[in-house]
Amino acid sequence: MGRNMKMADLIQEKGIKQGEPITIALAGNPNTGKSTLFNALTGLRQHTGNWPGKTVLQTHGYFSYKDQHYKLMDLPGTYSLIANSADEEVARDFLCFGRPDLTIVVVDATCLERNLNLVLQVTEITSRVIVCLNLMDEAKRKGINIDVERLGESLGIPVIPTAASKGEGISSLLKTIYDVSVGRIIPQPVMVSYPSNIEDMISCLEPGIIKTLGDCINSRWLALRLIDNDYKLLSSIQQYIKPEIAIRSKHFQEVLA
Amino acid sequence: MNELHSLEHMARELCKQNEYDRDQIVESIYDHAAGITANTVTCLDLGRRGFENRVDNVVTSRLWGFPIMFGLLALIFWITITGANYPSAALADLFFGWEAWLTNLCQTYHVPAWVHGFFVLGVFRGTAWVVSVMLPPMAIFFPLFTLLEDAGYLPRVAFNMDCLFKKAGVHGKQALTMCMGFGCNAAGIISCRIINSPRERLIAILTNNFVPCNGRFPTLIALAGIFFGGSALLSAGNLAATFVVALLVVLGVVMTLAVSRVLSQTLLQGEASHFTLELPPYRKPRVGEVIIRSILDRTLFVMGRAVIIAAPAGGIIWIMANTMIGDVSLISICASYLDIPAQWMGLDGFILLAFILGMPANEIVLPILIMSYLSGGAMIELDSLAELRDLFVVEHGWTWLTALCTMLFALCHWPCGTTLYTIQKEQKSWKWTIMAALIPTVAGILLCVLVNGLVSGLHLL
Repeated sequence: MGRNMKMADLIQEKGIKQGEPITIALAGNPNTGKSTLFNALTGLRQHTGNWPGKTVLQTHGYFSYKDQHYKLMDLPGTYSLIANSADEEVARDFLCFGRPDLTIVVVDATCLERNLNLVLQVTEITSRVIVCLNLMDEAKRKGINIDVERLGESLGIPVIPTAASKGEGISSLLKTIYDVSVGRIIPQPVMVSYPSNIEDMISCLEPGIIKTLGDCINSRWLALRLIDNDYKLLSSIQQYIKPEIAIRSKHFQEVLA
Repeated sequence: MNELHSLEHMARELCKQNEYDRDQIVESIYDHAAGITANTVTCLDLGRRGFENRVDNVVTSRLWGFPIMFGLLALIFWITITGANYPSAALADLFFGWEAWLTNLCQTYHVPAWVHGFFVLGVFRGTAWVVSVMLPPMAIFFPLFTLLEDAGYLPRVAFNMDCLFKKAGVHGKQALTMCMGFGCNAAGIISCRIINSPRERLIAILTNNFVPCNGRFPTLIALAGIFFGGSALLSAGNLAATFVVALLVVLGVVMTLAVSRVLSQTLLQGEASHFTLELPPYRKPRVGEVIIRSILDRTLFVMGRAVIIAAPAGGIIWIMANTMIGDVSLISICASYLDIPAQWMGLDGFILLAFILGMPANEIVLPILIMSYLSGGAMIELDSLAELRDLFVVEHGWTWLTALCTMLFALCHWPCGTTLYTIQKEQKSWKWTIMAALIPTVAGILLCVLVNGLVSGLHLL
């Protein structure tokens, strides 16, 4: 319960400061150097380390670049957004209901495949995503070579190679954050295509979702979650975006009339 | 909100109409990620991780995963059973040398017979048997098991078992909590906290007791060694004993899965959740440290618990055996009440009594049994392992069926006091604590009655 309270506070806080700093969510698998990157960007000294209790607490920090102010939210490290563990729920709920302006997914370059699963799940929720391909130095040492340009093309979103512990790639990451936040770069993520039976179900469900919730939630993603029996998400929706639904539904009824 | 409920309803209907498997979504994402990786990543020299990947590909493969698991388990038991014979015999010789010396001492100083009986024949003899029968198997088994744990094999076991648990409708992490149960069921139950869904956690807790813990392994290994192992010199006998124990462990896992499945389809219905399991890198086990830690932390801990409870129990059982009501001892009266249900299960009243008296800790079931047999009137001189076998077979008419049923009941009966206390603390529900005791007990009774009936019915003895 305490966690939900926290979540609601965060979302509310974000609502109050609308138009002020740009909110950036920092997502990623555990042990990818998220906290190191958080420290590198904000100049804070957050304890870096990985243990289960840490994940439930969220930390945030501020930084500026050029004329923009940013608020960086460090999300718990998760492997996916599908399973129902507490930390995954926190991360998912923030991406979904906290509606960050921008999401950075920190990715471990030494095991890209596993990390991409999370990237693909995040881009299903929100399109404004930047991949921070971290631990490039370690990958190089292990003889792993990644075609960064091609990776960016296949994902449809910016991919910035970094070695956060050495500060490498941070300036180019900052520039990309700026470009996306002012709309100079518009990420267009390549969506995962599902087998036809699932795609059919998605197209059956999407109109109803759009009608009920408008654009305050990604309809394709919600359809997938419903197909996956994640009905718990619906109660989260009720909890977090109730007033908006009311406005939407009213608006839609007026338009229809 | 009505709109949301109608969406939920619609989704449910759609899932019913379309052939849909929950894995399809995850699989599509994984395939997509694999496709991108294949196009963008090139590896020059895979080095150590490449080696690990190759090991993992074999150790967790469909073809080799289970044979390797069974093989490693069997290897550990074989080393334990073969290796434990000699130190067990040596310890028995040593202790019964001391007993003779103590008896002499008592006679020299004209100590009253009941003091000698209570302390030497009760407390000392009971404790001596616990130590010589249980210490060697534990001192070999625990370090071996810890080595396997330390090398990083247990997550691979969980990986292999995941599909089985999912088929049973429960969480794959239950494979991990089950592995913890091999160490100690109470610890296994605490480890169930890693399962997030309350339904799946409860199933994991209720079924944790089906795998034998530290306290029950020595009973299984000792009985298998005595009844299926034959003489220490016959390695074929040791192989047979190994096979019996390994099969019993497999049976424990099968029971875990079967009961989990039944529970998830009846009392605790629901879907299995997904989870990600990271296979940690293999590490060279720190052999020295592992041996020291597992002997100090596990062997001596379990041993200590057994001795602390066995010593007074030895005294109490000596009193029970020597308190006569009419011309029958108190312990025989208690055992005779249990004799009829016990016979059905292929046991005898003393065995069932030992299980009941062993409630505080499973370690003492076998010692209590030995003590109650020993004190049952005719005081035979028991000074070697071979004579322990005679005590069971000649004096109390055990057959291999009796041993098998005892082992089966050791595998499936109520959890020990500590475990039950832990379950009550974790679930805060007496109902589920009682269920946790009832489920394995009923399963064990059914299993024993079935095996006993089958073997007797088919005249296999």
